[in-house]
Amino acid sequence: MGQKITIDPVTRVEGHGKVTLYVNNDGGIEQARFHIVEFRGFERFVQGRPFWEMPVLVQRLCGICPVSHHLAAAKAVDVIVGAGSGDELTPTAEKMRRLMHYGQIFQSHALHFFYLASPDLLFGIDADPAKRNVLYLAQENRDLAYRAILMRKFGQEIILATAGKKIHGTGAIPGGINKHLTIEERDRFLHGNPPFNIDNMIQWSLDTLEFFHQYEQKHRDFLLTYVNFPSNYLSLVRKDGAMDLYHGVLRAVDAEGQKILPDVDYHEYYKYIEEEVRSWSYMKFPYLKMLGQERGWYTVGPLARINTADFIDTPLAQKELELFRSFHGGKPCNHVMHTHWARLIEILHAAEKIKLLLEDPDLLSGELVREGNRQFEGVGLLEAPRGTLFHHYKINEYDQIVQANLIVSTTNNNQAMNNAVLQVAQRVFKGQKKVTEGMTNAIEVAIRAYNPCLSCATHALGQMPIDIEFVDVPR
Amino acid sequence: MAEIVRVYIDGKECLAQNGEYLLQAARENGIYIPTLCHYEGVKPKGSCRICTCKVNGRLMTACTTPIAEGMVVENNTAEINEMRKAIIELFFVEGNHFCPTCEKSGDCELQALAYKYQITAPRYPFLFPTKRVVAEYSRIIIDHNRCVLCKRCVRAIKDAEGRSFFAYRRRGQHIEVILDKRMSEQMDYEKALEAEKVCPVGAIMARRIAFTTPVGHRKYDKKPIGSDVEKIK
Ligand code: SF4
Ligand code: FES
Repeated sequence: MGQKITIDPVTRVEGHGKVTLYVNNDGGIEQARFHIVEFRGFERFVQGRPFWEMPVLVQRLCGICPVSHHLAAAKAVDVIVGAGSGDELTPTAEKMRRLMHYGQIFQSHALHFFYLASPDLLFGIDADPAKRNVLYLAQENRDLAYRAILMRKFGQEIILATAGKKIHGTGAIPGGINKHLTIEERDRFLHGNPPFNIDNMIQWSLDTLEFFHQYEQKHRDFLLTYVNFPSNYLSLVRKDGAMDLYHGVLRAVDAEGQKILPDVDYHEYYKYIEEEVRSWSYMKFPYLKMLGQERGWYTVGPLARINTADFIDTPLAQKELELFRSFHGGKPCNHVMHTHWARLIEILHAAEKIKLLLEDPDLLSGELVREGNRQFEGVGLLEAPRGTLFHHYKINEYDQIVQANLIVSTTNNNQAMNNAVLQVAQRVFKGQKKVTEGMTNAIEVAIRAYNPCLSCATHALGQMPIDIEFVDVPR
Repeated sequence: MAEIVRVYIDGKECLAQNGEYLLQAARENGIYIPTLCHYEGVKPKGSCRICTCKVNGRLMTACTTPIAEGMVVENNTAEINEMRKAIIELFFVEGNHFCPTCEKSGDCELQALAYKYQITAPRYPFLFPTKRVVAEYSRIIIDHNRCVLCKRCVRAIKDAEGRSFFAYRRRGQHIEVILDKRMSEQMDYEKALEAEKVCPVGAIMARRIAFTTPVGHRKYDKKPIGSDVEKIK
């Protein structure tokens, strides 16, 4: 039977997964599967709970991006309490939630770029694993590591001020938010002692982009050829086509930039998106119905958002978007490693947005919650750091959840990640007799570009290291 | 004038009115004795045993024991505290208490006691009992997973004629709180909020938007349970 290699401990992805490579007689890779082998349970055990628990309960399926689940669930239960379908909250509630969300995007993207991705970029894919990590980064490039820590901290402090806790807060409640920002909090973020203030965070975001550009010039071929395949792209965009990470309409474009899902109301996502179950993975495979299972899969996340948006409504990020667009000839970018670039543009955008929000007096006072006629179903979508996140709940007449459906970002990227794994595996493993650590890391580099969160994707309860398994194709 | 008597709690001389319960006498003297089933203004029942002290060498519940001249009480001792800890742990393993997602978190007396006694994990195995969530009442939802059977709701929540809204049904390990069907129809929103407040845990939830108090502003976020008593000198 086949060979099995375990990479342990988990290497720089959020959660735990496994890759199986099917090897044919000539030693070539015939098929690659990226599995998540953990069990999903949340959609079942929320049944019977009062709907108002959802924003606080469902976020517990993840410790990495709980804010995204917290807010997506809150958006869904907003509909249930009759507070409107996403743009009718009080100005205070909407802006506090947005601040929380941009804080989350900022810290999560910073974590991914500096802690998870940059060691590969700085030290090389087949560098000694002892050096290919954030601790070595801290030794080699103190300044970068220092910034990474403080940028994360800044985002986390924003989350603390809006959600009440850095992880698993309770700020967003059905129909609104439970607190204002205090003047002290605002002043600290706006004018705090350098480097801990928003102007400096914007500057550091620009510097990080500059760092990427220098890297890109030296490693252009690597970034363009490493993983590269046509994909559809899906995300929310604001009604006028601007990038909007918190609310909007659902848009998808194909690899050429043609609109294949024309800005539809996300509350009816189930008319356009179907989920396929495959026996070998707990993670479902969503696809666009009108294109069918074969052709309907899509990518979500930073690259998708950059590809679907018409423009960005903050000036510095817009400038960077223009650079990105002109680099790719005005077409969607199908180079997976450029997801890192897209992510850094979003860090900058989030920082600019945070500044605008902090300057808004609505955060300091104003009505917090709105309620209207009770509905029995609610859908909430937003753009989580890793991509579009769907929460959908149905309740009975006693306020209890009777049905829940969650499609998380990583699940949306399932097929795309499998394609990326196959492409890299076919190239790296071709004609090789011995499997080296560098080769297995090469596969992970591709997976890492998507910044998958495997515990979210299966709503898992449990742990397991990433495995790479080789299986001989039976004759 | 009521007669003043002298009792000694952990060696401290305390003065209180004869006939007062030990719990009350201790509180008046700035000494905290933990409680769970006790509710201010309601006749004590002595069912949870958390308030147990050693009175003249015998274990007695402070909420139901009247004081008498010269009583010697052991309260905040290693032996008594260890026993209280065990009782709190038993509550946790006998129910399904998932604090992270409970709307009473931060305001819950059981959780506050667990923090006070620094419980990290119970010494007993979790029983994970199968319990119901009863949501059919018009004003409240009862989550039996969280009920600690303190009977505070039964004893405290009454209508103008003194009739209880709540009652116990079944016996032994199957015992549970119910809301009387006819009384349930009379229950208004204020009464529902009152019931939610009387419940020391999150078993009674008034039907409304919860989690409105931000983290940091909930009852036990700033000060541990009992600190209001201990600061009186
Ligand atoms: S419902 Fe609450 S108040 Fe009533 S017995 Fe149970 S824990 Fe006590
Ligand atoms: S408080 Fe005294 S027995 Fe419960």
